[in-house]
Amino acid sequence: MTKRPDTETVVTGPSRRGVLMGATAAAMTASLFTPKSLRAADFPTAEVNTTGLAVTDDAVTIGILHSITGTMSISETGSVQAEKLAIEQINAQGGILGRKIEYIQEDGASDWPTFAEKSRKLLVNDKVASVMGCWTSASRKAVLPVFEQHNGFLYYPTFYEGLEQSPNVIYTGQEATQQIIAGLDWVAKEKGAETFYLLGSDYIWPRTSNKIARKHIENFLGKKVLGEEYYPLGHTQFNSVINKIRLRKPDVIYAIVVGGSNVAFYKQLKAAGIDMTEESPLLLTISVTEDEIRGIGGENIEGAYACMKYFQSLDNENNVEFVSAFKEMWGEDMVIGDVTQAAYLGPWLYKAAVEKAGSFDVDKVREASPGIELTTAPEGYVKVHENHHLWSKTRVGRAQADGQYEVVFETADLVEPDPFPEGYQ
Amino acid sequence: MFDGYTTSELSAIFAMQGFAGLSLFSVYVLMALGLAIIFGQMGVINMAHGEFMILGAYVTYLVSIFFAEYMPILFGAYFFLAMILAFVASGLLGMAVEWAMIRHLYKRPLDTLLATWGLSLILQQIYRSTFGAREVGVSIPDWMMGSIALTDLVEIPINGLFVMAVTLIIATGVGVMMYRSLWGRQVRAVVQNRTMAGAVGIDTGRTDRLTFGIGCGIAGVAGSAFTMIGSTGPTAGQLYIVDTFLVVVFGGAASLLGTIASAFTISQTQSILEFFLSGSMAKVLTLLTVVGILMLRPQGLFSLKLRK
Repeated sequence: MTKRPDTETVVTGPSRRGVLMGATAAAMTASLFTPKSLRAADFPTAEVNTTGLAVTDDAVTIGILHSITGTMSISETGSVQAEKLAIEQINAQGGILGRKIEYIQEDGASDWPTFAEKSRKLLVNDKVASVMGCWTSASRKAVLPVFEQHNGFLYYPTFYEGLEQSPNVIYTGQEATQQIIAGLDWVAKEKGAETFYLLGSDYIWPRTSNKIARKHIENFLGKKVLGEEYYPLGHTQFNSVINKIRLRKPDVIYAIVVGGSNVAFYKQLKAAGIDMTEESPLLLTISVTEDEIRGIGGENIEGAYACMKYFQSLDNENNVEFVSAFKEMWGEDMVIGDVTQAAYLGPWLYKAAVEKAGSFDVDKVREASPGIELTTAPEGYVKVHENHHLWSKTRVGRAQADGQYEVVFETADLVEPDPFPEGYQ
Repeated sequence: MFDGYTTSELSAIFAMQGFAGLSLFSVYVLMALGLAIIFGQMGVINMAHGEFMILGAYVTYLVSIFFAEYMPILFGAYFFLAMILAFVASGLLGMAVEWAMIRHLYKRPLDTLLATWGLSLILQQIYRSTFGAREVGVSIPDWMMGSIALTDLVEIPINGLFVMAVTLIIATGVGVMMYRSLWGRQVRAVVQNRTMAGAVGIDTGRTDRLTFGIGCGIAGVAGSAFTMIGSTGPTAGQLYIVDTFLVVVFGGAASLLGTIASAFTISQTQSILEFFLSGSMAKVLTLLTVVGILMLRPQGLFSLKLRK
């Protein structure tokens, strides 16, 4: 990690304009910065922190809890980087209620009991005001009782299977319907797809997602599912299923393969002569972000479609600034996937909620959270729903040989999060 | 399931499925050969086998970068050099590990299990610190990707053919070395009776080190070949370790022929079942079959006839 020097030229992110103007026109700063840069003196610690959290007159301590060792570190590293970037940017523009964010980082080590233990440590010993963390559903389920018992507040970044809504968690990623339905509608309408072949790694997320996908395809679109299959996590030989797909000739392969299997699946698909740029069959996935493409190799997945809410190539001002700030902090060769962006939202949403509540108390932050809007999010405008998930757009991107996605579709409106979808259970 | 297909379509699918089975077979043989030497011949339970494979994969990755940077003209051929270097790197690391750790534990087989497991964790973390936690993408020369269209319907993946060829060469090489060379005779002598082998003048320590090194080297070659079909990341070795032990144990630990027969049985069972059932179910049934056969024949498919 390289530490950036504290000069105004490198202050980037959502506030760049404000900060630069502040540097040149110091006299105007006070008015320009409100409400972004509040003064701590206006918010006495005794008033904004009545429950003994780690908040002092000039700092607030939050936790970062991800796996930086073990199998999951491959996925979680990006989230940690994004959270640190957000924290640094927030600090550069004055912190939260005039207090700098300090963080304590713990390593969940890809082990679910360790996640629970570390979250207890963060909440009970360190009294952190909130936690950015977890990636897999298994780790979230492991820490959930701890957060509910000790009334902690977790920002969870990953797209996941839904069916959960905790008062102690803000879900900054998509729940399943947000990621699935718009993509299927698009492929049925724009590509005229009639038949689908569902494929996934064998655990809760792909299974729940495919269940929703199947219901949507059969009941709402009136199309046909030709096959549904699961392979154990870490499976590396996909030739048989590729032959089955050839035999059935679906219009769409709907793939939710994860981890190391992902790489094997796409390499073997390519080697078997299925050229995804020809779209027969077309491949639609919800599990391959730009991060995964680095391992798969752009040339092996070129032409596949992915349904996400964020792609690094999104063309908007927020995102351009976010990408350049991220690369400046972590290196030019970094890629940013959907979850990394969702993780970046965590600290910003927390800042907005605390400042709306005028307090760090978890109960007040929770109360203030629904309705929080973020106009500076790299994915565009997002808003926190009553059910603690985010309203956000769904997008479809097409994989390019250079490892980036070209956005080919986005929903006109924000998609409402619906963690307990009726008619899909 | 086969309604509405013409005979030619069906025969094409079965031909490709047959090829899929054979290519799974060669993958199993390739990953199990190194372990068959180490576990089968030396009795060392090497839990770090997968990490030696991944070392080979990372060497391939480095060589590919080097060629892309400095010798783009020869990029199409880098893979052969990469495999040789993978063999050397994994082999040398294997010999170093044998010298530093394994040789002190020959009389305590269960401790080698723990020690090599620890070694696998250490290696994983070293890979992670060196190459990053994310998987690296190894670019494969164009001529090795894609497929050969035999007929309109039958397409044979080139990388599958390549893995088969590598497997054939390595397996033949190991067979010849084991049964026709001085080293092979020494290895077999040490396996059968360490004390007597030492008494007739065989340097058992050296033989062990070389054997372990060659086993690890073959793992490296396997890892290098698998960059074509699988992922290269710090923990990717874990994807192979269970199947590898399964193949070796099922075949009968001390028999190379057994390893090959067992790889064939498991891969064909799996590949046929996968075609008719879902993937997870196929795996379950394959494992059940293996468990069932091992209950009837605990020594595995083939075993050496030895006076114990």
